[in-house]
Amino acid sequence: MKRTPNNFIALKNIAGSYVGTTLPISKATFPVPFYEGLTYSPPARGGWNIVHIGLTLPQAHLIFVCPEGCLRGVVLSAAELGVPERFSTIAVGEDNILSGDIEDQIITGVSHIIDKLPKRPPAVLVYTSCIHQFLGIDIDMVYDALRADNPDIDFTDCYMFPIMRKSGPNPVEMMRRQLYSLLTPIPKNSRAVNIIGSDLPLPKSSDLYQLLAANNFELHEIGSCQDYQAYKQMAASSFNITILPSAIKAGELLAEKLQQTHIYLPMSFNYAEIDASFQRLSQLLGITYQRNDELIAKAERALAQTKALVGNMPIAIDYTAGPRPLSLTRMLLEHGFNVTDIYVDSFQVEEEADLAIIQKIAPNLKLHPTIDVGMRAISRQRPTETLAIGQKAAYFSGATHFVNIIEGGGLFGVDAVYQMAKLIAAAYQTPQDTEALIQVKALNWGCECNL
Amino acid sequence: MRQVAQITPAYTGDVSGVCSALYELGGMIVIHDAAGCGATYSAFDEPRWYSHDGLVFVSGLTENQAILGDDQQLINDTIESAQALQPKFIALVGSPIPMITAVDFPAIARELETATGIPTMGFEATGMHSYIAGAARAFAGLAEKMVREPDTKTPALRLNILGVTPLDFGINGSAQGLRQVFEAQGIPVQAVWAMGASLADIEASANASVNLVVSAAGLKAARVLQQRFDMPYVVGVPYGPQHTAKLIAALQQTLGDRQNRVVGKVQRDPKTVIIGESVTALSLVQALNLPATVLCPVTSDAEILSQGVIKTNSEADLLPYLKAATTIIADPLYQPICPKAARLVPLPHVAFSGNTYQTTMPALITGFEQFQKQFGF
Repeated sequence: MKRTPNNFIALKNIAGSYVGTTLPISKATFPVPFYEGLTYSPPARGGWNIVHIGLTLPQAHLIFVCPEGCLRGVVLSAAELGVPERFSTIAVGEDNILSGDIEDQIITGVSHIIDKLPKRPPAVLVYTSCIHQFLGIDIDMVYDALRADNPDIDFTDCYMFPIMRKSGPNPVEMMRRQLYSLLTPIPKNSRAVNIIGSDLPLPKSSDLYQLLAANNFELHEIGSCQDYQAYKQMAASSFNITILPSAIKAGELLAEKLQQTHIYLPMSFNYAEIDASFQRLSQLLGITYQRNDELIAKAERALAQTKALVGNMPIAIDYTAGPRPLSLTRMLLEHGFNVTDIYVDSFQVEEEADLAIIQKIAPNLKLHPTIDVGMRAISRQRPTETLAIGQKAAYFSGATHFVNIIEGGGLFGVDAVYQMAKLIAAAYQTPQDTEALIQVKALNWGCECNL
Repeated sequence: MRQVAQITPAYTGDVSGVCSALYELGGMIVIHDAAGCGATYSAFDEPRWYSHDGLVFVSGLTENQAILGDDQQLINDTIESAQALQPKFIALVGSPIPMITAVDFPAIARELETATGIPTMGFEATGMHSYIAGAARAFAGLAEKMVREPDTKTPALRLNILGVTPLDFGINGSAQGLRQVFEAQGIPVQAVWAMGASLADIEASANASVNLVVSAAGLKAARVLQQRFDMPYVVGVPYGPQHTAKLIAALQQTLGDRQNRVVGKVQRDPKTVIIGESVTALSLVQALNLPATVLCPVTSDAEILSQGVIKTNSEADLLPYLKAATTIIADPLYQPICPKAARLVPLPHVAFSGNTYQTTMPALITGFEQFQKQFGF
């Protein structure tokens, strides 16, 4: 199964069948092993939402226009992070719906908020919600009016409409896309590359970073932009790299709008796949790439040391740890680790080969959904202590030894294998307060970014 | 400008209010929404989410289902889950889009009840009202549907305490404290609606003689119980020994003359402002014996507002009162709109700041004197 722009919606609508809350991986269907009925939301809050992603745009002010109940979650996300001054709200009430003044409410409300800010922001992100879509408001007129009234401010349309998640981009995909919509054409720099759509900056230890630096490419990421002008300079890059599947729509937007060449390099823990990604990138950039066997040997040594440390301790992995839980599982199994459980509701299309391999080498490995209602009632006690990778795996397995990582933690390349080995060893050595840690919203938010 | 908040958060909405009211009672609550309402509830509005496995789920409403008016998926999935989990009741809760498409929740509830044999209630929450409105509907629903005829009716004072959720009372022992305050005075408590009580306790609520309403969320249920079982009610929160004594006297009086009472009246003073839920804020200024301006930014009721509580509708409504104040008792997230010269007495409110200050929320029922002493009242 391949990911194409044309099967974007179809992939979101593949239905699974009801198989309970535990399934031997040998019986899993691809890409959706479980039925999605009523959904449960486990108390693991490390993932970033559209507020956190929007706030990565330096100096921007965010304005949410939604019913009060919807505002609650987004506004407290900002309050929790200690940046309420970057955030304002307009509550849509029943009277607005009945009187049909929703467009006026947005235009007047946004202007009022801007007028009251201590300093005019260079950019304003205005988020509308499901209700605006359903009422068919004239969104273009709204933004035309805002831009005409505030020519010194860049406005972009952002969306909080989870109801569209099966019929279009989900809110996170849409937010990652709109985050870059304020980039406008400027002269190109053929030696500049952006990584777009990742929550965390690429570590300098990454072989991807090293490859770009060794070939004199500038690397730009929104998380390391000092101000709005630095963000705008991302339009000068000739290439955009996306690593997370939820960032692909952003890459497609910029390819069309700015003619920046987009390349999607899926995160992987498989050396051959990593090698293939670097080969594709190098061809695109016109540079020479050679597989770094020394780096692989270093990763292998780290894996061997970690395996010696953790022995046969059961390991549970969930999809929030990164976009490739099966790639990670396969790598660990092939290195002798005892992966026993995976928590995932559906697989990314890139995982098909990994599933086939795992079905052969570990057919009894247990798969569990995370959103199935039955997961609310399962026991979270295990007879033997489990090491978890990801917050949901830690919650469901009752683990105190866990790798607290989301969305791959910004890792990429052979370095990701090495770093993961180190993280597992650290998790084994130091138990943590899982209840306290996984209830912190937006793991690592602001750690290195200029927020 | 009305409906605009420059910097302060929104209060918990009615969807979460329904869920919070019913959370501990062993029912299965289904929010008919795409995802956001459930995520907000579990992440910000339900401090018991990690420690107590309440059955609150989301239907996963899609664009196609909403446009086509397809309720069948909701019905099928709810039946399937109910059969697997065998909850004591089912509660369906609306959200903004079902409000637009006019989903008939009471009708779907009847269909589900027929199919499963499990008592089912439908609540037409919209996401556009405060948690008080949602919790009030949920408590009233319990009063209408779940409370049975009394087994024994005692002439002595026996209480239900109505309107208790963590959104107003936190998870700092206040709910248990409410029961203890009265039991220590020899007044039995039938049920605390709805923290620390079982559904069986709630079902037997008609065995009580008087209802004590401790937040505006309990008022609607109190009126239903009065209509169904001729139980009068008293409004107030037992903060501190003096105010508690007044409240107990009012309860005894009401037991005798069957007249409903709201205990306390605001003595207005612009220099001191308190912002909060109407009943708790009114009782706090009474207990502190403090002339003050009492501002309520969430749903309340004319019976409470007539005691001098001022209803506000937006951040802008609050500003003129705050400008005149030298002391402000409010959630710390109001700080950015308080005058710099004013003293802010922090009173964290879960329905406003979520879990941000949850650990420092004072347990005013059991620790009133400490609060008084700490802030020099």
